[in-house]
Amino acid sequence: MDITELTLSELSAKLQSGELTSRAATEAYLARIEAKDAKINTYLTLCKDEALAAADAADVRLKAGTDITPLTGVPIALKDIFCTDGIRTTCASKILDNFIPPYDSTVAKKFKDAGAVMLGKLNMDEFAMGSSNENSAYGAVLNPWDTERVPGGSSGGSAAAVAAALCAASIGTDTGGSIRQPASLCGIVGMKPTYGRVSRYGMIAFASSLDQAGPLTRSVEDAAILLQTMAGHDPLDSTSIDAPVPDYSKTLKDGIKGLRIGIPKEYFVEGLAPEVETSIKAAVETYKGAGAEIVEVTLPHTEYAVGVYYLVATAEASSNLARFDGVKYGLRVDEGTGLLDMYKATRDKGFGAEVKRRIMLGTYSLSSGYYDAYYMKASQVRTLIRRDFDEAFKDCDIILTPTTPSAAFKKGEKTNDPLTMYLSDIFTISCNLAGIPGISIPCGITSNNLPIGLQLLAPSLEEAKLFRAAYAFEAATDWHTKKPKL
Amino acid sequence: MAITKEGVQNVADLARLRLTGEDAELYAGQLGRILDYVEKLSEVDTTGIPPTTGGIEGSALRADIAHSSLTQEAALANAPDKQGGCFKVPKIIE
Repeated sequence: MDITELTLSELSAKLQSGELTSRAATEAYLARIEAKDAKINTYLTLCKDEALAAADAADVRLKAGTDITPLTGVPIALKDIFCTDGIRTTCASKILDNFIPPYDSTVAKKFKDAGAVMLGKLNMDEFAMGSSNENSAYGAVLNPWDTERVPGGSSGGSAAAVAAALCAASIGTDTGGSIRQPASLCGIVGMKPTYGRVSRYGMIAFASSLDQAGPLTRSVEDAAILLQTMAGHDPLDSTSIDAPVPDYSKTLKDGIKGLRIGIPKEYFVEGLAPEVETSIKAAVETYKGAGAEIVEVTLPHTEYAVGVYYLVATAEASSNLARFDGVKYGLRVDEGTGLLDMYKATRDKGFGAEVKRRIMLGTYSLSSGYYDAYYMKASQVRTLIRRDFDEAFKDCDIILTPTTPSAAFKKGEKTNDPLTMYLSDIFTISCNLAGIPGISIPCGITSNNLPIGLQLLAPSLEEAKLFRAAYAFEAATDWHTKKPKL
Repeated sequence: MAITKEGVQNVADLARLRLTGEDAELYAGQLGRILDYVEKLSEVDTTGIPPTTGGIEGSALRADIAHSSLTQEAALANAPDKQGGCFKVPKIIE
């Protein structure tokens, strides 16, 4: 048995039955990372000693049968955007190259408390800005299905590592599709919870009205287990929702008889690759077969989502990234000519091209004379996009769309044209603007052997329904069992 | 919408970024194309529509209970320069 091929829930069962130890599982993953990661560049920091120590501690508890959770002894990894106490956290930026957080993010702490083993910190687009993982200051991540192609972004390291079996599961963040889009391009499950469902304390901020953390896994059941651990109110994050967290695993397998699935016509437009369209249509038939009722719905402001997103997200980013100034932590470049020059030299050397471009766009749209025309206008159209979903969910329980317009594109294909790159997020962005939860699950393979993903969206706080619908598809198909040969 | 090289330099200045002449030209072109694209939003009638600036509405108030936070030493551990328990920065006033 190859331990690294097990899903998280399969591994968890074997750890609890005593068939496997956490040390054996951790060593198996460390060996595989050693052998394979040079090909795809997913780990920025590997925590070998800490991981083995955590594995041994987990084995003691597993043997004693005390203080056990479904994650006890399970090797996972975190996107390098989550602060980890005493472990370097870079956000894939040179400006944080030497940053060692003095505290744990709530997400990191919850996994630690649950007894999970953290293998290391995963590569990403710098400050989570990108759709291809080519914007990392530490080199691009490559897609394990075809190393000439991108894994998607910004949680590209998180997605590629799960697909390539370099961790049992990972955690990413999603501001405009950064969990779902790479999950789709790498053939795994990726879930963005409702805005505020998971605490963002210690998660480096990109766009504060959009950012949310979520799981990337090899099965829907695994995603439900991880969200169960992550979700809930946190006094340290005033935007986290104070609502009870339902038991996601309990309703997971209840089936979807009578579930109304809405298909928004605006998502089947020019630019959608024919193979993706064919797979999505086949998925709709699978759902019909499983007892769902299919209805057509309309989301009329869809065509404005990308424009709204790139104004709102960059405005918030320009403000959030003002903290990187060479004073409190991270890089400082001081040419000896005063404070203002120190700020500029530090940010010039520390930030990559895409981060600067977004800070510029955000600063411009917030600047005097442009605020109403850009930021205010975008925030108003955002309300209309949110209302579109409120209306659509009167006629359906779940919305089904493609996750991305095409399968993984080639490295370098879109880097010269930021706008084309931005448009690759066209199907995932509205979900963040509306604050609702979404999940991407595998639903096909193209003729040149690349995964295709299907996106499901639900009303706020209806993650249980989302998992149930995703599980029903997984149970009826075998797309989630397809693996890349790395 | 066209944005000039000088306009880009001004924005860079506001954002505390430094651009070479070549970068300013590149960004002027790219930002102009992005702004042209978002111009599309002007098609939408938003008269009387309130803005959405967050995901979920609700109260974020909590009880005012004192709790411990980072020690001074931990808070300064990553500082590029420090002195006497403070962050040290280059000279501000001549």
